[in-house]
Amino acid sequence: MFGLGILSGLLIVPLCGAAFILTLGEETEASKRNARWAALITTLATFLLSLVAWGRYDATTASFQLVETHAWLSETTRFKLGVDGFSMPLILLTTFLMPFCIGASWLSVNTRVKEYFVAFLVLETTMIGVFCALDLVLFYLFFEAGLIPMFLIIGIWGGKRRIYASFKFFLYTLLGSVLMLLAIMAMYWHAGTTDIPTLLHTRFPVGMQTWLWLAFFASFAVKMPMWPVHTWLPDAHVEAPTAGSVILAGILLKMGGYGFIRVSLPMFPDASHAFAPMVFALSVIAIIFTSLIALMQTDIKKLIAYSSVAHMGFVTLGLFTMNEQGIQGALFLMISHGIVSGALFLCVGVVYDRMHTREIAAYGGLVKRMPLYAAAMMVFTMANVGLPGTSGFVGEFLAMMGAFRANPTVAFFSVFGIILSAGYALWLYARVIYGKLEKPNLQGILDLDLREKIIIAPLVALTIYYGVHPAPVLDTFAPSTEALMQSMRTALSNTQTAAATLPPASR
Amino acid sequence: MNAAQIVLPALGPALPELILSLGVLVLILYGAFRGERSAEGVNVGALILLVVALFAVMSQSGAKVTTLNGSFIVDNFSKVMKALILIGSAATILLSRDYFQRARIDRFEFPILLVLCTIGMMVMASANDLISLYLGLELQSLAAYVIAAFHRDNLKSTEAGLKYFVLGALSSGMLLYGASLVYGFTGTVSFPGIVAALDGTAGLGIVLGIVFVAAGVAFKLAAVPFHMWTPDVYEGSPTPVTAFFASAPKMAAMAMTVRLFIGAFPDVTAVWQQIIVFVAIASMALGSFAAIGQRSLKRLMAYSSIGNVGYALVGLAAGSQEGIRGVVVYMIIYLAMTLGAFAVLLSLRRGGEMFETVDDLSGLSRTHPILAFCLAAMMFSLAGIPPLAGFFAKYYVFAAAIKADLVALAVIGVVTSVVGAFYYLRLVKVMYFDEPVAAYEPMPPGLRIVLGLASVVVVLFWIVPAPLVGAAGAAAKSLF
Repeated sequence: MFGLGILSGLLIVPLCGAAFILTLGEETEASKRNARWAALITTLATFLLSLVAWGRYDATTASFQLVETHAWLSETTRFKLGVDGFSMPLILLTTFLMPFCIGASWLSVNTRVKEYFVAFLVLETTMIGVFCALDLVLFYLFFEAGLIPMFLIIGIWGGKRRIYASFKFFLYTLLGSVLMLLAIMAMYWHAGTTDIPTLLHTRFPVGMQTWLWLAFFASFAVKMPMWPVHTWLPDAHVEAPTAGSVILAGILLKMGGYGFIRVSLPMFPDASHAFAPMVFALSVIAIIFTSLIALMQTDIKKLIAYSSVAHMGFVTLGLFTMNEQGIQGALFLMISHGIVSGALFLCVGVVYDRMHTREIAAYGGLVKRMPLYAAAMMVFTMANVGLPGTSGFVGEFLAMMGAFRANPTVAFFSVFGIILSAGYALWLYARVIYGKLEKPNLQGILDLDLREKIIIAPLVALTIYYGVHPAPVLDTFAPSTEALMQSMRTALSNTQTAAATLPPASR
Repeated sequence: MNAAQIVLPALGPALPELILSLGVLVLILYGAFRGERSAEGVNVGALILLVVALFAVMSQSGAKVTTLNGSFIVDNFSKVMKALILIGSAATILLSRDYFQRARIDRFEFPILLVLCTIGMMVMASANDLISLYLGLELQSLAAYVIAAFHRDNLKSTEAGLKYFVLGALSSGMLLYGASLVYGFTGTVSFPGIVAALDGTAGLGIVLGIVFVAAGVAFKLAAVPFHMWTPDVYEGSPTPVTAFFASAPKMAAMAMTVRLFIGAFPDVTAVWQQIIVFVAIASMALGSFAAIGQRSLKRLMAYSSIGNVGYALVGLAAGSQEGIRGVVVYMIIYLAMTLGAFAVLLSLRRGGEMFETVDDLSGLSRTHPILAFCLAAMMFSLAGIPPLAGFFAKYYVFAAAIKADLVALAVIGVVTSVVGAFYYLRLVKVMYFDEPVAAYEPMPPGLRIVLGLASVVVVLFWIVPAPLVGAAGAAAKSLF
């Protein structure tokens, strides 16, 4: 339509919804209701459209599909969109989670409703844009543009320390990303284009790769977030409104992992190989250290935030094992964590809406009054721990298997993360759900209402479904993973033979 | 008959300047005869003159033409820069009407001085030798000194005018001294002549000359270390005049700087590149750090403009065609951002009083959502966040710096831009996160037009960037 493909459609539909909401008049009950419904319908329409895209997508090949190109900055920097096995599942995850975010904000956001939903819809466009951009400048544009709506969401509708958290979030991420921008420019002058498919087949000199890798790492490590640059995340999570936390944990954190697999690994294979031990070390520290910190938290959201950092440690660990199991596991973990951590934050939102506190100590014995809630929370907690039969298990298991193949010592230490995660997650569950219902203000707490049931039920189903039948997701990743492995092997062996055939004097 | 043959030089290329010069004489006569009541008419006349001149500039072919014995050059570069200058001046008239009427300083001299200043700026953009460059510069500066002090019963305004004049005269002296050194060591004032005379080498005299000239232009650009006048002059001048100083004269000064260094000293890049790199780094750093503590919006915009000149100079430091393209893209977008920001600043009026501090923006998003949205877009854009236009401005200059292997300059630049983002974000925070104060009066139509156009450029640039980037590319190409 109008020369635009289905991926452009995915970018435009949320913007149209946002534009429509902007036209709604003064903030009255009626216009609030209209804004909510418009946002819900828009996100559902986007989700359906992404399902159509999924229907047209051929999961058996590794090539880029649904590609569309429009004139943009110049002949060599174009507005190019496309998807492959890495990005398609993440786009679906994004469009899938958005209606839940809208639903979760249905009643809890009651001031400046219009602006809230506009910010969310714009955020959705930028997130989809990151995953389907096939041009590095375009990728950067969407990667950074998402900061603006998220800054406003945390800053306007956040908790007590929202201003500190929003500034920290914004400036931290920006500082990481600007170096990536310089790296993109350097790549442009070397390869003559910022077209991602072309750059995937460009061999950068090894020395240059090192610098480029570090610049991209600065950005992705902050976004991921990896230890020690993770400190913005707990603040942002705690202060953000529920839906903001869901999007942060569910999608925004995945951008870092996606960046590694889209840019760092395939374009700088030699540097990735050289830096893998460093990434392993940082990942293992993240897994153990942040799990220990999670054990000490008194705030439910903060605990889940630290557990996210630990899980992202598994993702980076898996990605840089550079073998099939590791990468597949990391990717699966990204999807699974997107669903599970999103669901956990939604669950926190449920009790927060009722009690307006996130202190663990303020709860206890909820199972007596909220059996359904306790059951749902149980599923997500188990998935967070990585219990077999839930989606969390598949990813962590594969990632560790890959790690074992790459470096048994690293795998050995990362296992402690699983043990610790069982510790903090079960402890959290026990303190909030079990025990005696002693707190007087909890006596009247109500179980899930219809809206909350509709929001939580699909997530429970999906968590268990992907736990017992992960094949659909893994099969989508598989061709792209294989192609990546193939190109990395060739690149690395080329470098090695080149080094071996050089006369000793010139080395 | 043996009448002396008088050969008129070809004046066609200077048509826009001639239109303005003749038109302004008519306006002076009209103003002088009608007296104080003529302000409205002279303003309208000046606006029409500027628009006509803009059309005359746009209708030029863009091919390289010199006239007046080679001292005046017209090409794609001068075309784009003159268009920007004229847009800046025309926008100033739109911005100034309401303010001047309410401040009871609505005199017909202001639009006349503004047009005279514009003529000077256009000559600066077209100067092809040191003499015409200086002529244009002085015409521009003298008019600017007067309008800085235009609110003559206001202590701060007169102080601003005096300060501007004294320091401006000093810098003109330095520029003139440098120019005379260059003339002394090359024997010519024409830029192509200087290129030929230097033949790719620069002796000590030329180096000294370039240093003095650079100091002079750095003052006009308000680049560190010659920026000290900027915050005071910006704060003291009437706000529409501040908007003017931050927009059109910056375009002219940048055009002059580029033309001078690329036109006259293209083969001795090594001599001036380090000066420009230093000035750029110092400006970016000072612009970012010094603005953090500012409460006054006008002073904040002054430091912001210092920082922005630093970023634009990064493109000049690269010294390449890509670099100049970056400079031109930067100036186009900077013009839109600055005019937009000042249009918002000028509409903070309640009960006859202007509000000019950061705290006065409190909760603007609730009382004036559209105004707040536009200013937030300007601020995110100034901070260089995509997809707003300011990102592309920085993108092109830094890309040129990376290509020219000025990696350290680029890294320092992007890091200071993150520091700068902090104070731009603070304005967004004040508007969106803080509790509102009372509402302001509705915006006058002139401000609405300027703000609307500027916002369209800033917000939608990323969808169709090709025309402006293409124009900048053509402008850069004509210099090489």
